Amino acid sequence: MSTQDDKAKEVSADGVAGPIILFFILGLAASLVFGWVIFPKLLYSQKKQPIDFNHVLHDEAVEEGCESCHFFREDGSFSGIPKLAQCVECHEEAQGEDPNEVKFVEEYVANGREVPWLVYARQPDCVFFSHAAHVKKAEMDCGTCHGHIGESEHSRVYEENRITGYSRDIWGKNISGLKKHTWERMKMDDCAECHTTKEIKTDVETLPWPINWLPRPYEKQTGNQARVKTVKEACFVCHK
Amino acid sequence: MKIGRRSFLSFVIGGVAGTAITPLPWKLMDDSSIWSQNWPWTPVPPDGEYSQVNSVCTLCPGGCGITVRKVDDRVVKIEGMKGHPINDGGLCLMGLSGLQLLYGPTRVKTPLKRVGKRGEGKWEKISWDEAISEVTKKLADIRSNGESHAVGSIVDSESGTVPNLFKRFLTAYGSPNFMTVPSIQDSYGMTLQLMQGVSAQAGFDAENADFILSFGSGIIDGWGSPVRMFKANSAWKANGKKVVQIEPRLSNTAAKSDKWIPIKPGTEAALALGLANVIITNSLDSKKISQSTGFDSFKKLVQNEYSTDKVSKITGITSATIVSLAKNFARASKPLAICGKGQGSIPGSLNEFMAVHALNALVGNINKDGGVWAVTETDYIKWPKPEMDSIAENGMQKERIDGAGSEYPHTKSLLNRLAEVINSGDGSLEALFVSGANPLYSMPDSKAIKNAFDNVPFIISFSSYMDETASNADLILPNHVYLERYEDVPTLAGLSKPIVGLARPVVKPQFNTKHVGDVVMLIAKALGGGMADAFPWESYEACLKETLGVKWDVLVEKGFEFNGDKCMLEGDFNFYPEAMKSLSDFSPVSVEGSAISYPLILIPYDSIRLANGYIGDPPFAIKAVEDTVLKGKTACVEINPKTGKELGLTEGRYAFLHTPRGKAKVKVHLYEGIMPGIVALPRGLGHTAYDKYLAGKGCNFNELIGPAEDPVSGLDAAWGIRARLTKV
Ligand code: SF4
Repeated sequence: MSTQDDKAKEVSADGVAGPIILFFILGLAASLVFGWVIFPKLLYSQKKQPIDFNHVLHDEAVEEGCESCHFFREDGSFSGIPKLAQCVECHEEAQGEDPNEVKFVEEYVANGREVPWLVYARQPDCVFFSHAAHVKKAEMDCGTCHGHIGESEHSRVYEENRITGYSRDIWGKNISGLKKHTWERMKMDDCAECHTTKEIKTDVETLPWPINWLPRPYEKQTGNQARVKTVKEACFVCHK
Repeated sequence: MKIGRRSFLSFVIGGVAGTAITPLPWKLMDDSSIWSQNWPWTPVPPDGEYSQVNSVCTLCPGGCGITVRKVDDRVVKIEGMKGHPINDGGLCLMGLSGLQLLYGPTRVKTPLKRVGKRGEGKWEKISWDEAISEVTKKLADIRSNGESHAVGSIVDSESGTVPNLFKRFLTAYGSPNFMTVPSIQDSYGMTLQLMQGVSAQAGFDAENADFILSFGSGIIDGWGSPVRMFKANSAWKANGKKVVQIEPRLSNTAAKSDKWIPIKPGTEAALALGLANVIITNSLDSKKISQSTGFDSFKKLVQNEYSTDKVSKITGITSATIVSLAKNFARASKPLAICGKGQGSIPGSLNEFMAVHALNALVGNINKDGGVWAVTETDYIKWPKPEMDSIAENGMQKERIDGAGSEYPHTKSLLNRLAEVINSGDGSLEALFVSGANPLYSMPDSKAIKNAFDNVPFIISFSSYMDETASNADLILPNHVYLERYEDVPTLAGLSKPIVGLARPVVKPQFNTKHVGDVVMLIAKALGGGMADAFPWESYEACLKETLGVKWDVLVEKGFEFNGDKCMLEGDFNFYPEAMKSLSDFSPVSVEGSAISYPLILIPYDSIRLANGYIGDPPFAIKAVEDTVLKGKTACVEINPKTGKELGLTEGRYAFLHTPRGKAKVKVHLYEGIMPGIVALPRGLGHTAYDKYLAGKGCNFNELIGPAEDPVSGLDAAWGIRARLTKV
């Protein structure tokens, strides 16, 4: 038993509900397109490396593989990207016709200027990372974090986050933050992924225990690896 | 279809809902937090090659080993050296803030000559050659007038090459007035001398003790070697060892102890003797020790004069507590009693030290694991005696200005008496060197010290910082800071195994400064004759290398070496040296002022966050001071709520604190952890010099108190002063 008034309301609801839903969907769609497609394009600027570098070519030419250029110094610290002095050992003069190499020798070697490489894996200054602990002690592969960079023939475009100034590699190519492979992202969560799930080897000292039929109640860890996830000063292992 | 307000709104709502399921908000949130770390005003050292240098922290007598992290040529962080026998990787707040003393604004960057009035802050920059010739000319004049003994020096300690270069300089020049900054080490040294007949220091095997009875020592407030004591304290906690803290105020140490026993300040010696009485009466003492010299007299003393009831009245501690404390202490397997209030920078009453030492002896822990060891440092400084001409011989015959060695035969140096001697006209100085010390700030009765310094016509400061003494000097010859120089750092500070560490240049000198050792030698060489011959070394570094001999290589490699021995003399403990006779009628070291005009008693307290010696708090450290200690620019005094009620003072109110020596504006902090009738003020505040981060914050305790001479040692034994609080 509807009254006149109710009818009037129904009519007007009918007339407006359509456009309201439509505009809602339009808004939704627009923002999805913006958020997923346009935003990443705006967020990152595209930069080219000063010199296009061919890893494959170099790998063939050097004797000790990756370690010829990326090595551990005597004190255990990691050399990272080679300094000019190292390149000059072979490239005092251009060895081929490649315009990139000619440019390298003319612009950098001749002037004794370091190449301003754009470092894909550069982390903020508050992060302290020991290559030795991961590569030497935990015997991890470089590729676990850096991917198949050694197989590249050209330098990738370096995408720089306009807000933070860091490379897109840190957040990962996929703007959603999801990844398929371990090397596709380098945020703290990705470190934590291993540090919380993997059983990390530690040097364990077994404390004296006089009653041999009882299980030993405790073991004391003497290594540092487990510290990252357990003890109270854990933060300061990576954030100095 | 009409596009109206509603459609627009639903478009917006759709947009918002959609945005929430895109990465945009989450990514922006993450990016903006990283962006905020990269603001241009956030200092980030440029990237470069990392390196580490091992050295020693010299900011307090603790002697911690440090590992300094560098990026290229810039120091970026100081960490505790792992495996170092004192601090094994630990570090205190001061040690951590050391970088600010290297790069901070308070440094003196070049030699300075005063041009305005003293303390006015008007300086002329001069070259090192000018500075040295200026000093040389003055010293040559004084010497040719036969006044060589009127030159004095104040340095931080008596061991190590730098203090010894000063001593040698004065000897060759002809002055006995080599003065050092006093501390509880002087009192402990004298106690061991009187009771054990050894010239040694007390070393505490704290790590192995299982019942620690502390007579007001700030175990975690900077007593002894601070980081070592933190570690010992944590180990006690972890292993269920007992700590009993006796002091009138609930300090951090007291709060972390197993039992805090508040005591009327100044009566600690009576309590120690009262405990001795309970131990002897209940036959809980070590039987071997009762054969010792003077034991019977000591027994008579404590039994006749320190009965539990009487001690209870003197100290305000109940008889039951005294008895149970004595029994628990004596029954522990490795009991250890320590004394020296707060950080131990006031030498204190010798009676108290002797009473506490007797307590240790009673329970048989002298030269035992977990007990007190008499330790001696190896003296690696084997320089031949300097040739002395007749002026030097004459000068060295004169009595010291501070009366040490004559009026007070057992004491080597009595800096606390200097001001009074000069101000009363009993002695005078023509020139004074100050190195590694800031007496205008850190000695009691700053006003009197300032007057005394005004009467010294020529003051030369070697300070690296514009501290109070430097700003009142005539000439500043700035030393390199500890991260820029070589120096041997012998450390005793209550260690049972003394250590010598090597401070070494971590970075090259940042300014036009010179090593104080080099400057002393340059002045001597410029004076010529026997003075020049007394310093045959080319430079301080050469002198240090030669002096350390084989130790040098070890120190360069390891950074430290054990440097001393435990003396193994046993059985000749003297329980009742002459000096103890005064205890037959107990009276605490008197406090200055009348009880009528000053009804309260002001005592100082020390905190690990406040440095109160030569070095003032760096900016990081002063930021860490709680606002119940320093509120804005005003220091807070602690009073019991009962006292507050009587005086009509409520929390946070401003008040004037008056003592017979001075007056200061303070803020009131009501605190249950302090005995009624007592006012506590932190030490380490109230600087007038240094930088804007430190100057003008709070008031200096030393301006409110005067020294009280201990009758035996002559050292300062003042533990408090009478005071009055009035409303503003
Ligand atoms: S305790 Fe003393 S020596 Fe050790 S780090 Fe702190 S200030 Fe330096």
